[in-house]
Amino acid sequence: MRDDFIIGDMTLNSRLFLGTAGYPSPDILRQSIEAAQPGMLTVSLRRESAAGKGQAFWEIIKSFGIPVLPNTAGCQSVKEAVTTAQMAREIFETNRVKLEIIGDNYTLQPDPYGLLEATEDLIKLGFEIYPYMTDDLILAQRLVDLGCDILMPWGAPIGSGRGLNNPYALKLLKDRFPDKTLVVDAGIGAPSHAAAAMELGYDAILLNTAVAKSVDPPLMAAGFAEAIRAGRRGFLGGIIEAQESGKPSTPLIDRPFWHQEKAG
Amino acid sequence: MNILVNGQPLALEKIINVEALLEETGYGGKLVAVARNGEFIPKESYADITLKDNDKIEIVAPMQGG
Repeated sequence: MRDDFIIGDMTLNSRLFLGTAGYPSPDILRQSIEAAQPGMLTVSLRRESAAGKGQAFWEIIKSFGIPVLPNTAGCQSVKEAVTTAQMAREIFETNRVKLEIIGDNYTLQPDPYGLLEATEDLIKLGFEIYPYMTDDLILAQRLVDLGCDILMPWGAPIGSGRGLNNPYALKLLKDRFPDKTLVVDAGIGAPSHAAAAMELGYDAILLNTAVAKSVDPPLMAAGFAEAIRAGRRGFLGGIIEAQESGKPSTPLIDRPFWHQEKAG
Repeated sequence: MNILVNGQPLALEKIINVEALLEETGYGGKLVAVARNGEFIPKESYADITLKDNDKIEIVAPMQGG
């Protein structure tokens, strides 16, 4: 089944965006990427030691030839996020940026006001914004008004593994922005969570911890890849409406003993 | 002249530019990006930007991210 996934100026063959942080070892990270065959890999920037740890990591990522999505993870102000995005653009040579401004350290809830301000600044600087956001409808509208074609609402707090806390709000975003690219970013724990989001019509899933911290990351990566494909096909196939009562799937007419009269 | 590089104090005997700082601190030739006092410094400007006392320099590199 041909189902091209066009996002920005790219055509991707996977709707899984995989994070690269928190794996037990570089080799497990490599195996997980091989198993997942993700459409994109998320990366970050951190202070570099003169020993050059970051250079070795980057060699692994580059070897796959998979597009990268740099993030502004951990930024708590517009200024930090804008500067980080500019540094990321120079290093990773892409205008894409997963724009993340944390508003609350307990839930890691994104700051919607800072997000809007930084989005406006970065679009002026030529960036393609992948906004990490809450599932608020009005926030989504404001981001679209600023020029965002991609929306990335959270399923649940980062790293929580809770899945989709508010499927109603996620579905509402899909209903109201049918032409935008919608990605659930954060909070996914199990492959079934990812499949559920895809069944709602979401275009892709961004996840990290659910794979990196699982018992067997490469196996889990493969499981997520399959679940996302299954959920996508479920959406495209058109899921039946739930009914209150049972309906026999096997025709009843002419079954054996059909309307058989009791022997007198 | 005293500056901070990635949060660590560094005493410089003479005034230098960003390019010289990267060489002197072992980052020369590495894939890094630089900010000074919160502002991004494009690599094309390394030779033109002279450090000042109390500058706060950030030097970052690719890292794992989610």
